Amino acid sequence: MYKKGIYTILSNEPLTPAVYRMVLEGDTQYITRSGQFINIELEGKFLRRPISVSDYDATTITIIYKVVGSGTDQMKGMKRGEKLDILTGLGNGFNTENEAQSPLLVGGGVGVPPLYNLAKRLISEGKRPIVVLGFNTASEIFYEEEFRALGIDVYCSTADGSHGVKGFVTDVIREKAFEFDYTYSCGPLPMLKALYDATEVSGEYSFEERMGCGFGAYMGCSCKTKYGNKRICKDGPVLKREEIIW
Amino acid sequence: MVKHYDTSVELCGVKLDNPIIPASGTFGFGREFAEYYDLDCLGAISFKGTTRDARFGNPTPRIAECSAGLINSVGLQNPGIDKVISEELPNLRKIFHKPIVANISGFSLEEYEECCAKIDKEEQVEIIEVNVSCPNVHNGGMSFGTQPESAAEVTRRVKAVTTKPVFIKLSPNVTDIVAIAKACEEAGADGICLINTLLGMRIDTMRRKPVIANKMGGFSGDAIFPVAVRMVYQVANACRIPVMGCGGVSSASDVIEMMMAGATAVQVGAANLKNPYASKEIIEALPKEMERLGIERLSDIIGIVK
Repeated sequence: MYKKGIYTILSNEPLTPAVYRMVLEGDTQYITRSGQFINIELEGKFLRRPISVSDYDATTITIIYKVVGSGTDQMKGMKRGEKLDILTGLGNGFNTENEAQSPLLVGGGVGVPPLYNLAKRLISEGKRPIVVLGFNTASEIFYEEEFRALGIDVYCSTADGSHGVKGFVTDVIREKAFEFDYTYSCGPLPMLKALYDATEVSGEYSFEERMGCGFGAYMGCSCKTKYGNKRICKDGPVLKREEIIW
Repeated sequence: MVKHYDTSVELCGVKLDNPIIPASGTFGFGREFAEYYDLDCLGAISFKGTTRDARFGNPTPRIAECSAGLINSVGLQNPGIDKVISEELPNLRKIFHKPIVANISGFSLEEYEECCAKIDKEEQVEIIEVNVSCPNVHNGGMSFGTQPESAAEVTRRVKAVTTKPVFIKLSPNVTDIVAIAKACEEAGADGICLINTLLGMRIDTMRRKPVIANKMGGFSGDAIFPVAVRMVYQVANACRIPVMGCGGVSSASDVIEMMMAGATAVQVGAANLKNPYASKEIIEALPKEMERLGIERLSDIIGIVK
């Protein structure tokens, strides 16, 4: 179920030079799973901006976004008290109703945010998630400490070796030889593919694509899977490992 | 006493409570919008362009934003005519109880014939809209709609195998829209729908590559409204058959403008993507706009501008 509503900005602050965190106040009842997204209307932009939900509670939604174009550039200048027209409760999100007890959460860059609420959810379900985060360089790292504050093990990789393991998330997985029985991941396509190739357990992978509507009508963001065509916005963004065609 | 504003129109004998029809391709088969509102407020629905075989469409990315609009190169993704008839149509009927416009596309005359003959037999369908104007597929789609002869040929073949009103949906990517529309009328078309999208392109200047995988796509949205009004005006003045106006409509005021240009019904397309409630909100705003402009019956203003 999804709905349109008006949300008020409570805060909007940089976490790194290019990554911002915005907290919005409003109706959150249509968000039911970690890994769902919201679609934000911006003045002067024809299409809404789909951004994953990093965290939410009864009255607020937290999003973490990277400034990558004119839309997100507009967002970064928004102030507390400003209002936004938003569609919420979009996408399938991660499914935690499974047998896995020690899931590995793997995030890359701006794919990290939706894993935060997921980690909290898994912990509340009595599971023991391990978190691996990948970034390009130390100055781009965000949320490492926030994940650690949840009381779980967090490992980082940076491509240039300026923090944590030098290389990619898959290098961390290889080096640390974690024991895990499931993976949840979100990040750039090459990272998802590398994780898929480096692991054998079942898991869920969150994808992104340019979207028309964000609620499944336009077919702008379709992809092929082993079980037929799926819409990233409606049947995804999370796909099961078993259905992915690379 | 509150004055009554009559928004009803009649399209080839098909009565619509109001002239608003979500345009094909922007509304799927209604299901996603039914989660937002009761679809029965709509005049009619034109469902997703349907072909003989199931299609995935073009590679992604197939969406590019523009000022006041977007480019799409979806490429007629649909489950194929048989599945539309066996699954989508019954589903749509469950959530929508007003006239259904069946949008049919094809890659050959035989395909148009076959699909139209099949959909014509479906009780739920009241109007057939033949899409000869999709810019996103090769060897079909738009190539039939850019010449008077081929557009007329599709019309003749479809009319020969159908009993329901047939509207031909035309492309704006032509030099003489009137010649094409008149050729369709002479070939037996019951109405004309226009415009489909304008062929457009965007380039990612950082990557030095087209934004869309297919390079080009169809441009729609607010920006194309004046082009649509102009073509509706030209065709409505040149033809005797009714016109469904389409292209960049996003407000009740746009609806009235397009009707004054000559449209009997008005399709709302890209606006539904930005605001899922767009069609409903336009319908709700119509009486107030009619009051403002001194219109009691919407049908009175069709083609009033000469």
